[in-house]
Amino acid sequence: MPVLETPSTYAEKLAEYDAGMQALVAEIRGVTVPAATGASNMGRRSFLKKAVFAGGGLALLFTLDTRRARAAEGEAPEPHAETTTLNAFVRIAPDNTVTLYSKGPEIGQGIKTAFALIIAEELDADWKTVVVEQAPVNPKVYGSQSAGGSTSIPRGWDQLRQAGATARAMLIGAAAKQWGVPAAECTASESVVTHKPSGRRLTYGAVATAAAKEEVPDAKTLPLKARADYKLMGKRIGGVDNAKIVTGKPIFGIDVQMPGMVYANYTKCPAIGGKVKSANLDEIRKLPGVVDAFLLDGTGNPAEVMPGVAIIGQNTWAVFKAKAALKVEWDETGASQDSLTAAAAKAKEISAKPPTPQTNTGDVDAAFASGAKVVEASYEYAMVSHQQLEPENSTGWWHDGVMELWTPSQTADRGISQVAKLLGIAEEKVTIHQMRAGGGFGRRLSNDYLCEAAAIAMKVKGPVKLQWMREDDFAYDFFRAPGFHYLKGAVDKSGKLTAFQNHLVSFTAGGDRPVSGGGRSNNSFPTDMAPSTRYAVSLMPLKIPCGSMRAPTDNTQMWVAGSFLHELSVAAGRDHVEFLLEWINRPLAPVEAGRGGEGRIGFDPKRAAGVLKLAAEKAGWGKKLSPGQGMGIAFSFAYGGHVAEAVELSVDEKKKITIHNIVAVADIGPVVNMSSAENQVQGGIIDGLSTVMGLEIEVEKGRIQQTNFDGYPILRMKAAPKVEVHFIQSDFRPSGLGEPCLPPLAPALGNAIFAATGQRVRTMPFKRAGYSI
Amino acid sequence: MPPYKLNINKKTVSVDAVDDMPLLWVLRDVLDLKGTKYGCGVSECGACTVLIDGRSVRSCQIAVSEAQGAITTIEGLAENGKLHVVQQTWVDLDVAQCGYCQGGQILSAVALLTAHPQPTDAEIDTGMSHNLCRCATYNRIREAIHHAAGMKSAAKGDAHAGA
Ligand code: FES
Ligand code: FES
Repeated sequence: MPVLETPSTYAEKLAEYDAGMQALVAEIRGVTVPAATGASNMGRRSFLKKAVFAGGGLALLFTLDTRRARAAEGEAPEPHAETTTLNAFVRIAPDNTVTLYSKGPEIGQGIKTAFALIIAEELDADWKTVVVEQAPVNPKVYGSQSAGGSTSIPRGWDQLRQAGATARAMLIGAAAKQWGVPAAECTASESVVTHKPSGRRLTYGAVATAAAKEEVPDAKTLPLKARADYKLMGKRIGGVDNAKIVTGKPIFGIDVQMPGMVYANYTKCPAIGGKVKSANLDEIRKLPGVVDAFLLDGTGNPAEVMPGVAIIGQNTWAVFKAKAALKVEWDETGASQDSLTAAAAKAKEISAKPPTPQTNTGDVDAAFASGAKVVEASYEYAMVSHQQLEPENSTGWWHDGVMELWTPSQTADRGISQVAKLLGIAEEKVTIHQMRAGGGFGRRLSNDYLCEAAAIAMKVKGPVKLQWMREDDFAYDFFRAPGFHYLKGAVDKSGKLTAFQNHLVSFTAGGDRPVSGGGRSNNSFPTDMAPSTRYAVSLMPLKIPCGSMRAPTDNTQMWVAGSFLHELSVAAGRDHVEFLLEWINRPLAPVEAGRGGEGRIGFDPKRAAGVLKLAAEKAGWGKKLSPGQGMGIAFSFAYGGHVAEAVELSVDEKKKITIHNIVAVADIGPVVNMSSAENQVQGGIIDGLSTVMGLEIEVEKGRIQQTNFDGYPILRMKAAPKVEVHFIQSDFRPSGLGEPCLPPLAPALGNAIFAATGQRVRTMPFKRAGYSI
Repeated sequence: MPPYKLNINKKTVSVDAVDDMPLLWVLRDVLDLKGTKYGCGVSECGACTVLIDGRSVRSCQIAVSEAQGAITTIEGLAENGKLHVVQQTWVDLDVAQCGYCQGGQILSAVALLTAHPQPTDAEIDTGMSHNLCRCATYNRIREAIHHAAGMKSAAKGDAHAGA
């Protein structure tokens, strides 16, 4: 029954995947954030209208909630019978309980709480009686429901504030009518409408039904709060699912349980791109607890379904045990035979020749010739893997001509069309339920496990949960690409940066551009670094799929740029903060295009200088340190956030690093939830530290060499430093935070090691150079 | 596969499972206690941590046939609907990000505080070394443990988020 194409060549499909991921990232990075009353309000206004007036449609929307998976939400309260729907985000019960629907995937970035706070702020809801539910996945109603590129907040900002503000206006309108007074004489606070002159009060619960009959006001006519008037945003608010998390409630994708559910695992070729020649299916089917075993041809696209073997069983353990007994003969024609050690040697060869093609700004050769000091250096970084703690999974149930799925994806909204296309059914016949995700980090921008679950569910009677083993998560990731940089820079007699050359040797999935996450972004800073700049890229083929990992491209580019800038300031004999400030404030004309087009959150030298200065001040930049100690600092503008970080450490004679302090200063506009924002920065920095210090994926013969955490030492409590976090809050539009906080850590760390030891680390992870933490 | 009698969260339950099924999967798939998480299956991540007679152990490494003693899962930590002090601290300090590791973290913290009612940072490092947090909430975990121990946290940047 599944309509799965016979795979065309893997190379084609890989290129198709990579192009798709690049388009997704380009869309994310290019996200425009119009002013609050901008053009895109049209759609939102009509959406808000529709949400209220298309009563039947909306009611339907809310019958498709996750309660079916019982389970899944455990004690999710049944919506009160008389609960009134004001729009797709807001429902109010007679007892004054306000239910807010959070539309995005919660992957640990705190969005479920943040989205609700943004709505509640404009709604003037009493937070104590707010209940937050996951919204149904329905991008036609909600717009984007993906989490990626730290765009959830900037994308949702207007829509959510307006959802709150319009509902508030309708509640006030209804109360005013009831009292026979002008709405302008009424105000609302903590879920109560008050008529100021008479002091009369009505709870939201008391007027909700009447409010639903009010005309939906034009959001453009409603004033939105100024930051100074926020009552909730900017405070420390605990996560709305905290109580469920600490009591072990079944809220994650992996926790889905349904009557009659069976369990599945899916085995693919260890060298991606291989096909099944034969497998011992008959033996597997006879194993205890095994229900079935079958082959899928797949589509050959690594983000959909690769060819492989599905094992179905009565419980996860039976399936995992059967997997160990599975013997497959693979046809590896066209499959990956990649070797990263060979690639590293090849990169060196490539770097020996002058790169073509090049992009030149200014007279680069002349600038180098006239440089007072010229520095050359090569940097390289390893392939790394996401390894979110919840292994991939999704549950599928093919029933009544509908494919119903439960998933911890970051892009469940995109999953609808992907699954429809995969199975050859109409999009209306695909229902996806968003489950909480045990981490994302960009891994779950791809929906391969969701597609696999759908393809398997088509062949199984009743619901089936696909569960990957950790080993599957290692073997089939969309990795952060490794890369090699050959740099040259010059400073003039006054110590100003005048020329810069960056030859990147990266990989390609076909065609003439670097793999997803392997290039250089054009809306980050620093990218082009000097008045005269040469940029060149050479590409080597790679069949292992690469993708987006937390702060894609910037997680490597900022390390290279931030470290090399320090090499230059050292060569010029200048104070690094002073050097950076001068460089931040240089004329931007040659590099401005494409970085922050109209409406985007663009690089702002004032904000950049602000965070850098404060980080220097808080870290005690310039203070006297003992021998063996050092401080490093770095700045980056990435994913809309201006962030500076400083690291203070010591290094012993065995190259063991002890970190004394890390200071981070971020300007992301207004902070929605101070508690979660601080947690996010601390986590992002330690995540960055973990990756920089010790993580590396090796590939030989197309096979990923690391199979579990024992070979991939994600940083533990013992090595986790204290991270001090500061925000410069501003009235700029808010940026996200998950990505911007990560990139400055690596250069700040490397610069601190240099300050302590005089040794420059130009290879990542730093353990390659003998350092440990 | 004889029915195994297990003592879980103060109740004796009878479980039909193959003898090598790890306690992790017995809890999750057979008994529908989903709070104990699968992370690695090889004793590296601690997501599957449970308490047995008060000591924290990796349930992915214990076969059902060997699961002797009083087993406490994250679902059984609260008593009479009242959160354990460690759970309450985790809520008060808003420790979780994705939350996936936190059941295991909490149980390890409970065991740590039993052995060391006023743990030093070094004791926390050792006591929590089995538990990975991929979201790296370590600053908050450390602070929460100190807090739960009634000690004034050594860490700066106190996070007192109301629930
Ligand atoms: S699942 Fe048991 S330690 Fe990771
Ligand atoms: S909170 Fe996500 S793994 Fe710990």
